[in-house]
Amino acid sequence: MEAAAGGGCGSGPPLLLSEGEQQCYSELFARCVGAAGGGPGSGPPEAARTVPGTVTAAAGPVADLFRASQLPAETLHQITELCGAKRVGYFGPTQFYIALKLIAAAQSGLPVRIESIKCELPLPRFMMSKTDAEIRFGNPAELHGTKVQIPYLITEKNTFKRMDDEDKQQETQSPTMSPLASPPSSPPHYQRVPLSHGYSKLRSSTEQMHPAPYEARQPLVQPEGPSSGAPGAKPPRHKASLIRSFSVEREPHDNSSNYPDEPWRITEEQREYYVNQFRSLQPDPSSFISGSVAKNFFTKSKLSIPELSYIWELSDADCDGALTLPEFCAAFHLIVARKNGYPLPEGLPPTLQPEYLQAAFPKPKRECTLFDSYSESMPANQQPRDLNRMELSIKDTADFPVPTQDVTSDDKQEQNKTRLALKSTADEALPKDMSEDPATSKDSNSLKARPRSRSYSSTSIEEAMKRGEDPPTPPPRPQKTHSRASSLDLNKVFQPSVPATKSGLLPPPPALPPRPCPSQISHHNVNSERSAHPKPPTQLPNYGDFRLQKQSEQVSEAEIHPQLNRAPSQVAESSPTKKDIPHSQPPSKPIRRKFRPENSATESQEPPSTVGGPVSAASGKPHAAVQKQSSKQKKAIQTAIRKNKEANAVLARLNSELQQQLKEVHQERIALENQLEQLRPVTVL
Amino acid sequence: MAVCVAVIAKENYPLYIRSIPTENELKFHYMVHTSLDVVDEKISAMGKALVDQRELYLGLLYPTEDYKVYPSHQSPCVESTFPNQLCRYGYVTNSKVKFVMVVDSSNTALRDNEIRSMFRKLHNSYTDVMCNPFYNPGDRIHSRAFDSMVTSMMIQVC
Repeated sequence: MEAAAGGGCGSGPPLLLSEGEQQCYSELFARCVGAAGGGPGSGPPEAARTVPGTVTAAAGPVADLFRASQLPAETLHQITELCGAKRVGYFGPTQFYIALKLIAAAQSGLPVRIESIKCELPLPRFMMSKTDAEIRFGNPAELHGTKVQIPYLITEKNTFKRMDDEDKQQETQSPTMSPLASPPSSPPHYQRVPLSHGYSKLRSSTEQMHPAPYEARQPLVQPEGPSSGAPGAKPPRHKASLIRSFSVEREPHDNSSNYPDEPWRITEEQREYYVNQFRSLQPDPSSFISGSVAKNFFTKSKLSIPELSYIWELSDADCDGALTLPEFCAAFHLIVARKNGYPLPEGLPPTLQPEYLQAAFPKPKRECTLFDSYSESMPANQQPRDLNRMELSIKDTADFPVPTQDVTSDDKQEQNKTRLALKSTADEALPKDMSEDPATSKDSNSLKARPRSRSYSSTSIEEAMKRGEDPPTPPPRPQKTHSRASSLDLNKVFQPSVPATKSGLLPPPPALPPRPCPSQISHHNVNSERSAHPKPPTQLPNYGDFRLQKQSEQVSEAEIHPQLNRAPSQVAESSPTKKDIPHSQPPSKPIRRKFRPENSATESQEPPSTVGGPVSAASGKPHAAVQKQSSKQKKAIQTAIRKNKEANAVLARLNSELQQQLKEVHQERIALENQLEQLRPVTVL
Repeated sequence: MAVCVAVIAKENYPLYIRSIPTENELKFHYMVHTSLDVVDEKISAMGKALVDQRELYLGLLYPTEDYKVYPSHQSPCVESTFPNQLCRYGYVTNSKVKFVMVVDSSNTALRDNEIRSMFRKLHNSYTDVMCNPFYNPGDRIHSRAFDSMVTSMMIQVC
């Protein structure tokens, strides 16, 4: 080699290469030559110019190699000049070796001179490895741990198959190595060398891994045909190419698609693969996989149980012990990533969220079947749905919050059916709804009293519900409510007459959560203005309704209940409705109302004494200021009373419905308690 | 203020114990263990339906200790008036899985509601752990979500 190098050089001094250097250089050169043969056709033009009989390395891979040495471009230019490639116009072996040696010299800090290469350079080894690594395997930083091909973990003996995959991955520049198959003795950037053919060479010398396997790979690559990834593509995260079924079956994978930056993004190919796997477990793509089935399936991936457990935690967003299609895809993707050596994230990445996945890959079939399952689980989901819908409606408009509350179960079904039908056809609404869905689904997820009954339909159905909600709500509204429009009138009424309260009278029937606010604001404003008003006798008939409503509605109301019982009855009833029984009540009442909603909102149980305290303190204030406007406001108050009565009637209906539901739930509970009692003697101590 | 949270299985072995002052961990283990007696006593005493998420009050167990122990188990929590520092609350699910929480009440008086909400959170997280098919009932709980929830409780209260 030395003689050849010296002889072929022609112009430079003879090149003295140590044995190690020789091996390394020769392999590198061979690789570059090989790359010339198989790579994008920079080879032929070079070859055409070469002296016949000389093997030349193509400029492309050579340039890559040099760049990978991380020397500045100017240095590389110098090197190429010095080594004679420019002069002769090609990278013959001598030029190549000289160039490599110069690179080593440059990396060790020596000036790029021909003289430099005469000295013993201890570094070439290191440099070569770096360059090799850089060229072939992308950023070493990205390859923490070893990348793994899943099937090869399973079929470890199947080295030949591994070779093929590695060949494919060559083009995507993310060679992987089965950690099980290869003892990870080599430093990280060597781990990328594919196992099969490079394996023996791995043992021999670490650096020589790269060129040799690559060399051997090259001929394989060509018969194999390039996989879909672009050669030279940098992103090393080619999980798609690594996807294999957990069963031993091997699918011909051309999944080495190019990745966007994140490893957590599922490509279309991956998605299809996951869906196919899902179908193999569960024919209905809109249904879900039970925990045990999924457990068996994922256990085949040979990941450790704690890791699988953690992956499950991440992917099962609604924690129902079953995986819907997007959850399954997320879980599968995480497993694939983990097998490739990526550490599991702390939280589910945004691209793997079920909502995102559903939006990104909508499936029309799923929606229709969603609807079916949705109607099945309707009763169970009514209350949480109501809450969600109400929340949504508040967010969207202030106009039609009431109908969502008033809808009876039958009507709800009809509405939901129309909504779902609309939803399936209105996919363009997806992006908008997506923004709502994560928020709402996260809200629902974070609810303390989590409605586990919604697990079946869970996020998808809520999405369906919410998506379809906005368009169809206007029509049903008038049916449901008698003069719900009066809520608007209320606003009109109050705005001119009581400017201070205009913001306070938000539509009375908004969903439960906002109720404290309007009443708070309204009462607060009212308090500041009004004087003592005679108790309207019309308040009395409402007491019963309000009491009923209190029971069935918010938990906070239930907490308030004991307090309310202590308070005057009128006050007690006015507060939970939050429907603002404004204006017509004595000053002490509004003040109490003001405080109690605050209490309910904060869910703090202040003793009634504290309520009474502020009441007495504040009672002095309104008297002075309000008397001036009392006459003006009486009319407004009376109209408000009327409106409120109507609203109360509506709420009473809702309350009765909820009461029925409550009774049913009670019955179920009693049944369960009976069962428990029967079981009790067995289990107790 | 929750200085120690423990999840105890039906057979009275711990599924999960975590305490904040880690040097006193053994002491907490003992405390929790003793509270189990009180808990069991309450279970048997209750007899009838213990379906609700109630907690038992037992009052102080160790008046001389630094830590108050209130194995509030199945009936509503009642805070003891003892001036000691730590209170222990208990909670039992229908499947006889017990949660015991040792709480340092020296900072602020923890209201009953807050204890209840903490237990509710615990229960929810425990249910989530159960839903994981890779979790075998009876194993120690290693769920990160559970850990983070407990951490949030312990830090927030402290």
